[in-house]
Amino acid sequence: MVKMTFVEASREALREMMHEDETVWCVGEDLGRGSVFGQYLGLQDEFGPDRVADTPISEAAIMGAAFGAAMVGTRPVVEMRFSDFALCATDELVNQIAKARFMFGGQSRAPMVIRKPIGLWRSSAAQHSQSLESWYVHIPGLVVLCPATPQDNYSMMKAAIRCDDPVVYLEHKNIWGMEGEVDTSLDIELGKAAVRRQGADVTLVSWSDTANLCVQAAETLAGEGVDAEVIDLRSLWPWDKEAVVSSVRKTGRLVVAHESVAVGGFGAEVVATVVEQAGDALRGPVRRLGAPRSLVAYAPNLEDKMRVTEQMIVTAAKETMGK
Amino acid sequence: MTTADHNTRRARDLLAMMERIRAFEEQACLAAERDKLVLGAIHPSIGQEAVAVGVMCNFNRDDILLSTHRGHGHTLAKGADPLAMMRELLGREGGCCGGKGGSMHIADFGVGMLGANGVVGANITIAAGAAHGLKLQGSDRIVVDIFGDGAINRGPFLEGVNWASVFDLPILFVCEDNQYSATTKTSTVTGGPGAAARAESLGLRATTVDGNDAEAVADVTAEITARIRAGGGPEMLHAITYRRTGHTSFDPAGYRPEGESEREAETNDPIARQRAVLAGMGLSTDELDAIHAAAQSEMVQVLADAAATPFPADEMALQDVQDIGSPAQEAY
Repeated sequence: MVKMTFVEASREALREMMHEDETVWCVGEDLGRGSVFGQYLGLQDEFGPDRVADTPISEAAIMGAAFGAAMVGTRPVVEMRFSDFALCATDELVNQIAKARFMFGGQSRAPMVIRKPIGLWRSSAAQHSQSLESWYVHIPGLVVLCPATPQDNYSMMKAAIRCDDPVVYLEHKNIWGMEGEVDTSLDIELGKAAVRRQGADVTLVSWSDTANLCVQAAETLAGEGVDAEVIDLRSLWPWDKEAVVSSVRKTGRLVVAHESVAVGGFGAEVVATVVEQAGDALRGPVRRLGAPRSLVAYAPNLEDKMRVTEQMIVTAAKETMGK
Repeated sequence: MTTADHNTRRARDLLAMMERIRAFEEQACLAAERDKLVLGAIHPSIGQEAVAVGVMCNFNRDDILLSTHRGHGHTLAKGADPLAMMRELLGREGGCCGGKGGSMHIADFGVGMLGANGVVGANITIAAGAAHGLKLQGSDRIVVDIFGDGAINRGPFLEGVNWASVFDLPILFVCEDNQYSATTKTSTVTGGPGAAARAESLGLRATTVDGNDAEAVADVTAEITARIRAGGGPEMLHAITYRRTGHTSFDPAGYRPEGESEREAETNDPIARQRAVLAGMGLSTDELDAIHAAAQSEMVQVLADAAATPFPADEMALQDVQDIGSPAQEAY
């Protein structure tokens, strides 16, 4: 086990994969200086400017060119800086990358990892704070990952680079400095959830940094006599329905929490699936937590109005139990 | 072989391929309009064949081509099988994309054709990336991306051409300028002098050519590809041609000045011009007619064979989406 921060974990995984597979290369803005959050620090010195390529501020070209390079046999890791900027490359991701294999009758593959840092991050306002994971889940052809711990950011980055499908890789900006023990020999199968805490009374389902909040909330709940199980989905497509359904069959109660806007969010998909597959097991009202359908403001008090808090999760869990 | 023999042979090959492209598209239009066998849209390149053959005769099978929604000619000239293409237009099993792409998404990776595209200009960045990937691999293959005059008004033109310039990539961009952006005259919606000047402003060498002169297109492309293969970096070819049909085969193109298309057909048909070149080299009318007849009979048979092919198996609707989380295992 090695102690790493969240940002060090994916950087080390990337570094190891670049050593293991010479077709892996990184492409994006400012990578030679480490990019915005230091995700690439030192890699250009180690691997040179061809394999850690600094690009113009051309999101569409970064995404499109990486796709073209993937079709001729390389494995690009694409950096979008902020998930918000990736919207400039929506045609490339949605109309081209996600569809090519199908449209061309299976002739092509797009083995790419598309990194899009998401989430609320100290007064970054409406164009640097979004979490749009549910959009990507809606696009057939894409794999969608949301790691929440250093271990997962290490193991899932490696799995994402090895994957032959295009992977949208969503790292939360608020946890780059989060420390944790990492077992570098641990492989994670994409699509499998992590049970972050076992419990008998209520199932808390989440992903990304909100999953960390759920772990904290579960500890608080334990102090109040509620034994919560925390499922960190980690992967939103494919997602581990079996883990969620079997947990709800055990607890009979469900809270889904995510940072993104609640309306049309992936939480709705989780709730709908549980109702379809384990509706008979539910013993209390379901609760779904997410942001109001409003925008992220700059002022801290207004920004906080968009947050799901630990207290909200605790309250929701008790409500499912009629407390 | 003497130079004269070589020239005659190339000229003959250029004509033969143009005749095959023309015959393929005429049959495709009949399949759409007469037979109702093409259910979606097709975008003919009738009148533009000289660009396809003149450019593509300078590319090898393992070089890379990316094309447009009006790309039948480019794809045939790159070496794709016309029967697989016609099956694709008809949405049939054995189509080059298994009937899943249709005319606008034809691809044949076996001949280095990495896809037509239904989104104008979208292939410019992707083609630059293919060239980028080849360069990273130390390959000696090169890339050609053909797009229309409408594409130079989309963002990917700026981003993709600039990308090729700053990374010094082995790619030829061809603006096949048929003068119409769907149903709008391109000159009325384009600022400044157009494709070549825009490419030059980004550091590319740009050449303008009469796109209905197959010999001229072939000659100038030979010079350009020699420079690109020698490591000279990306270039632009602006080939000026004319779209004789409407935007799609069903578009009567009533927005065009009366007589414009007819005049082009009479005075500037690339096939008629190439026949004149070959007549000047000594080929008889009978020999030229035989090239025409061979192409016609080939493509009549292609359509008949394609029409006799079944539709793909229903389960293909869920195949080839993705490995992990495939709808074949997990559709909801």
